[in-house]
Amino acid sequence: MSKIIPSSSLGGKTTANARVGVLGLQGDFAEHLSTLRRIGADAIDVRRPEQLDDIDALIIPGGESTTIGKLAARYEIIPKLRERVREGMPVWGTCAGAIFLAKDVPGHPHPLAAVMDIAVERNAFGRQVDSFEADLDVKGMSGEPYHAVFIRAPKITKAAKDVETLATLDDGSVVAARQGKLLATSFHPELTRDDRFHRLFLSLGKR
Amino acid sequence: MTSSQNGSNGQGKTGTWTLKTGLAQMLKGGVIMDVVTAEHAKIAEDAGAVAVMALERVPADIRATGGVARMSDPEKILEIMEAVTIPVMAKCRIGHFVEARVLEALGVDYIDESEVLTPADEQFHVGKHDFKVPFVCGARDLGEALRRINEGAAMIRSKGEAGTGNVVEAVRHLRAITSQIKALVDLDESGLAEKAREYRVPLELIKRVAKDQRLPVVLFCAGGIATPADAALMMQLGAEGNFVGSGIFKSGDPARRAKAIVEATTHYTDAKLIAEVSRGLGEPMRGISLETIPAAERLAVRGW
Repeated sequence: MSKIIPSSSLGGKTTANARVGVLGLQGDFAEHLSTLRRIGADAIDVRRPEQLDDIDALIIPGGESTTIGKLAARYEIIPKLRERVREGMPVWGTCAGAIFLAKDVPGHPHPLAAVMDIAVERNAFGRQVDSFEADLDVKGMSGEPYHAVFIRAPKITKAAKDVETLATLDDGSVVAARQGKLLATSFHPELTRDDRFHRLFLSLGKR
Repeated sequence: MTSSQNGSNGQGKTGTWTLKTGLAQMLKGGVIMDVVTAEHAKIAEDAGAVAVMALERVPADIRATGGVARMSDPEKILEIMEAVTIPVMAKCRIGHFVEARVLEALGVDYIDESEVLTPADEQFHVGKHDFKVPFVCGARDLGEALRRINEGAAMIRSKGEAGTGNVVEAVRHLRAITSQIKALVDLDESGLAEKAREYRVPLELIKRVAKDQRLPVVLFCAGGIATPADAALMMQLGAEGNFVGSGIFKSGDPARRAKAIVEATTHYTDAKLIAEVSRGLGEPMRGISLETIPAAERLAVRGW
């Protein structure tokens, strides 16, 4: 699997020495940290705004977007994150993380980062009993289909012209997209052993 | 344990072990709050709760009222489900698989098969693998946790002694679970087989816990948390998140206390921050000393 996506670099660094932060306010940040470490990245848990200056890329994990948004606002992470995004730092949001990145989230009660030009519908497939696993064809990812885990998942309902769709479900729902160095997925690559999405994210640094 | 699947929908496989344990993984580092009204649920969501537990009465009131405590009125649960966008959990009685089916039909996101309600079956817990909805169960030690996981629980919480505002039992249960996991390291093949017999669970499950040095599912704390410092204590002792029951809505200023407990759970090693959020929170729930509770009124001994 490691050969499918070429070894990558971030800000001139290789995957092996890129420092990747995972927002550790709430959610499954530990799962992201262990996947990153498995593929050789220097991964750190980020809970304070000043830590955003010490990293080359950031992942917003799965969790509850209302909780993450509220804590990120309270600890002044959002303004700093926006600044780092303007400077070109790659950021990837999985599930709640994708909601956190989106500029348009109808009915969301709490502050969000709002840095990516997508609209996201929360709990778009229903409640937990409607959560599902499905195989996806992902643009630019060779090899077998990507097995994706959707838990009370959102979907991307609208996107600006420069947003590239990376994966859709059979019914056409957009579940993975990229805008420049921003990546959003409705599902949880950190819950499976397949690290192709983490490698894809690390490769964004050199585009 | 990993093979369960309960149907499929237009998109793919549903009710799998990964989906059940996965939702609990999303709740980690968060606080799940007991609520009895839609208004409470909104206060909890606004404070940053990761989920709410929909109840008719909080444990402190169940304890005070006595009588048989059952699953909540579906009307109440639906009101709360409509009020918030975060996951909604609800309790069924130990062994009451029909209450569990009713909760699943209502569409709750997690079922707590709970000792806080009056047990319905003294021999069997609910067979949880057959459900599409995931279950969380209470445990006092590693054996109890593993028996519940083997039955299909996708999340474990300490039992503590609910409705007391006293963390001593939760501390005891969490310490028992973590120290018994550590003790597995020193055991050889026959020692592990002995433990499997003692705990009445398959050897593979014991081996996995010994190797990973953690439960195969998320472990939360529950039972008696009343202050931000209580919440941080449980996180430092190895909980991956907290259930707070009576501690919030039986206190003087629920909205502020809820928010403070959320922040202390996230920044659980930051004593300065915990001091800051704990300032002037008003009256905590009064609480009950464990020695004053007659053995027959203890909730943690329910289940096995």
